Amino acid sequence: MNFVDFQAAHILTLIPEITLILLIPLIMALDVIWPESRRRQLGLVTAIGFFAAIVLALVFSVPNGENALLFGGTLRNDLASFLFRVIFMFAGGITALLSLDVEGLGRKGEYYAILVGCVIGMNFMASAADLIMLYLAIETASIGLYVLAGFLRDDDKSTESGLKYFLFGAMTSTVMLYGFSLLFGYTGETNLYAIAQSLKNGDVPTATAIAIALMIAVGVGFKVALVPFHFWTPDVYEGAPTPVTAFLSVASKSAGFAVLVRVFLIALDPGATQWSPLMTAMAAVTMTLGNFLALPQRNIKRLLAYSSIAHAGYAMLGIVALSKDGLAATMFYLLAYVFTNLAAFTVVILFSRVAGSDEIADYAGLSRRSPGLALAMLVAFLSLGGMPPLAGFISKFFVFAAAVQSNLIWLAMVGIINSIIGLYYYLIVLKVVYVKPAPEGAPLIEIPRPYVFALGVLCFAILFAGTAATPWYNWAVDAAKSLF
Amino acid sequence: MVPLNWYLTLAAALFCIGLYGVLSRRNAVAILMGVELMMNAVIINLVAFWRYLQPTNINGQVFAVIVFAVAAAEASVGLALIISIYRRRNSVIADEMNLMKW
Repeated sequence: MNFVDFQAAHILTLIPEITLILLIPLIMALDVIWPESRRRQLGLVTAIGFFAAIVLALVFSVPNGENALLFGGTLRNDLASFLFRVIFMFAGGITALLSLDVEGLGRKGEYYAILVGCVIGMNFMASAADLIMLYLAIETASIGLYVLAGFLRDDDKSTESGLKYFLFGAMTSTVMLYGFSLLFGYTGETNLYAIAQSLKNGDVPTATAIAIALMIAVGVGFKVALVPFHFWTPDVYEGAPTPVTAFLSVASKSAGFAVLVRVFLIALDPGATQWSPLMTAMAAVTMTLGNFLALPQRNIKRLLAYSSIAHAGYAMLGIVALSKDGLAATMFYLLAYVFTNLAAFTVVILFSRVAGSDEIADYAGLSRRSPGLALAMLVAFLSLGGMPPLAGFISKFFVFAAAVQSNLIWLAMVGIINSIIGLYYYLIVLKVVYVKPAPEGAPLIEIPRPYVFALGVLCFAILFAGTAATPWYNWAVDAAKSLF
Repeated sequence: MVPLNWYLTLAAALFCIGLYGVLSRRNAVAILMGVELMMNAVIINLVAFWRYLQPTNINGQVFAVIVFAVAAAEASVGLALIISIYRRRNSVIADEMNLMKW
């Protein structure tokens, strides 16, 4: 533990967050100033803001390798948090682009402002090294997401999804908070690294430590949608506006993993022998249940919801492996998953704009209505299914390898069988897209330019991360090392 | 002075009552009330731990203050969502929110 007294240079690490905080009033001001006809550009402003924040982060905020605890120990300046923050800001920027032409969202300044607020919360979730900061960051992100899920006030499904998300989220985060309060009480510390030290000294009785780990697992399990805390996922994903669903499925899930890594592998690490069997079982059940429940789905958003549950299970493999390789594999997995799932949801958004439907049967003949969109869907879904040479394959390979290295061969086998089941339902969707004929007189699907840009970036990233994985993976390995 | 254990027992009881309320109530407002009870249990816990075990460490009190600030924010967003659904359906019964199911 090395607390560092405040220095002006520490502000540099927060440059991206400061940029985003300034972006919020800018969006709200432009929302008031601009006439209705120009407000479509609000999304562009937001996206540019996010990408500017990434560039500023890469210029000013790259951690110097000291892994110091800044601002009184509330934040930790390490490569892992930096990697996660870049992922969140990228996901935020792409989500802003995807929202541009969506009815009821695209021209609303407050939508983009809340989106930016959520990303700020997630950034702090990734870098928090203190229970207080962690809780505050989790709630900053969650409360914004509740509003985003229920954003379409005139839509029955959206309001229902917002309320369901809120009720589940409020309950699980409070259970986690009770765990935090006990952790503070027994160790007398709020800093995660100090808590780890205190646990190592045996300040907490074993039974209490297990209870605390369980309570925290409830809150984090909700965020990343692990079985048995996944009930909200399909309903919320289906009802929420699709760009919000895309954001939830990638950014919120990755943020949950950032917290999971920091809390379980750092603070609760001395009790790993007690919680790891539970987490292993949860990972296996999550993969299996997610994939099996995805099989009968007819709505593409629900299918992707169950598939995202299954993917949370795969990503857990790297964590229960309890090794640095496993942690790196999980981070790489999340990176690949962000690109892939955002691409899949982009296709869903573009299709439902024209067709007004999310039913898989209506995707018939998409390859003739828009060959480019069908191709993007092919890339995204094959990557989700884990086909080489796409990002989904190599990332699955890394997590399975990490599990095997830690002698969890049965778990890797469960994962491989599950990927085959997963591939089946992804291919069924692709069959509808490519083989079934389009209905008579179905209009061609136009893709607006910002969406072309977003899809292009995402498909390129999927291919690039899949074929030239080494630099990305090395980055993840460095990040995993920097955590400890 | 009242022993620390009594406070912790009170907090645990309050937490369990809140959790029972959340799991058994059908009215969304009542569920929200259950969540607030759970939050209060956490605050009692934090303040008791701070007062008895760590009176020199300000973190416990800061944590308690942050928790009730967040509880207020959460309640207001929750009530707003409940109002938005009430306007559509004239009902806040959680069981009736079943447009989407598998």
